[in-house]
Amino acid sequence: MAGKTTIVVHSGDMDKVISAFIIGNGSLSMGMEVSLYFTFWGLNRLKKGGLDKGPLSKMNMLGLGRRMIKGRMAKANVATLETMVKDFKELGGKIIACEMTMEVMGITKEQLRTDWIDEFGAVGTYINEARKSDITLFV
Amino acid sequence: MAQIDLDCRHQNCPVPLVQVRKALKKAAIGDIIEVVGTHSASKKEIPMAVEAQGQELLDVKDQGQEWVIRIKKVKEA
Repeated sequence: MAGKTTIVVHSGDMDKVISAFIIGNGSLSMGMEVSLYFTFWGLNRLKKGGLDKGPLSKMNMLGLGRRMIKGRMAKANVATLETMVKDFKELGGKIIACEMTMEVMGITKEQLRTDWIDEFGAVGTYINEARKSDITLFV
Repeated sequence: MAQIDLDCRHQNCPVPLVQVRKALKKAAIGDIIEVVGTHSASKKEIPMAVEAQGQELLDVKDQGQEWVIRIKKVKEA
């Protein structure tokens, strides 16, 4: 039995988005299917050039903390978000963008990395993915 | 039947797992994947992932600070 993981990426904070992709890639590596549903602040990370622009959820200190964590992650040989997304797509992970958030925040498809996005959907799409999942998380 | 060598030394979570999964997808049935690494959690987790995917774990060995894991692809991944 392969199984499936579904994660709602509500937060656009860098550390939480990293967690979502680590769990996503870990699930894919176990042979599971994965869907990441990007909504609200999370959707900003799917904007062109926006992937690693999120602040830290704690101790951001006007971006100083964020820069420090990035440095420490590089030193500990943790993959960059760009690499994580590349691996995620290569292993067949699915990315869903929330249409309602796009309307609310005035984000157009042209502003988003449509090469990463498999589907545009609303809450029904998420529920339909989640009801078939063994693991579902919200970050 | 080929042997595929993966060097995951000094790579951190979850890169060794991801590299093994990528290699399993690309390998042909019967191929052996030999992965060497230093990340201690991966030494436990790669065998878990191999089992979860129904592939065959051949052995796990220590070589000083490094570990070497050999996996045989026995079915489509």
